[in-house]
Amino acid sequence: MFDLILFLILLALGFGFGQYLENQHYKSIIRRESSLKRIPAIATKHLPPEFTPCSTQMVCGNVVISIDFFKKFVAGMRSIVGGRVSSYESLIDRARREAILRMKEQAATLDANYVFNVKMETSSISKGRRNSIGSVEVLAYGTAISKKQAL
Amino acid sequence: MILTTLETVPGKTITQHLGLVQGSTVRAKHAGRDLMAGLKNIFGGELKGYTELLHESREEAINRMTEQAQSIGANAILNIRFSTSSITQGASELFTYGTAVKLD
Repeated sequence: MFDLILFLILLALGFGFGQYLENQHYKSIIRRESSLKRIPAIATKHLPPEFTPCSTQMVCGNVVISIDFFKKFVAGMRSIVGGRVSSYESLIDRARREAILRMKEQAATLDANYVFNVKMETSSISKGRRNSIGSVEVLAYGTAISKKQAL
Repeated sequence: MILTTLETVPGKTITQHLGLVQGSTVRAKHAGRDLMAGLKNIFGGELKGYTELLHESREEAINRMTEQAQSIGANAILNIRFSTSSITQGASELFTYGTAVKLD
């Protein structure tokens, strides 16, 4: 009986705080994304020839995001029937966007105009019971290019 | 030392190719952070302690790679890639590799 009560409390806490934190995070992501629009992240390897007088610097951004108890429960239920696990989708989407934003913020401090050859790397940090995903780490890295004025 | 994820450095030519260089580090999380992470698993959200830990470890891996490149006389590392793998429960390996070259 006590276990059931504890479980319900954790579920409620996870639902309440999880939703609140996710909404706050999305708000901050959208705000910062629009302020960093001036630095596009490009996945191309080769620089266009007109860029040639420029300075390069490697930039990276990483973030570790944890899932909440409610979402984990929902994902567990979902794994019985199959289909899209939207609770994990939003977790990983948040992590990716946040990592790109941090990379761009680092590029912005270097007065870069573009970030070229952006690569992403995802790994699960802590696995819970029955190999369920506890938290994911996303690393985004690339080369910041600042175009110098032609002399 | 120039570090880049591109295959060339704009405006410079590669004069000598010195082969692959790599750096890796294995880090374990400490118990206090692990406890906090356990709590965060209920509420969700960012694990700042881990973010910092992994960032520091990655810098360490980059430093090791840079040292290796310097010891063989390179002045740039091109086409850098990162890779992460969890070795055991509670420890992860951060690995970085690239091509050491001499630029002119």
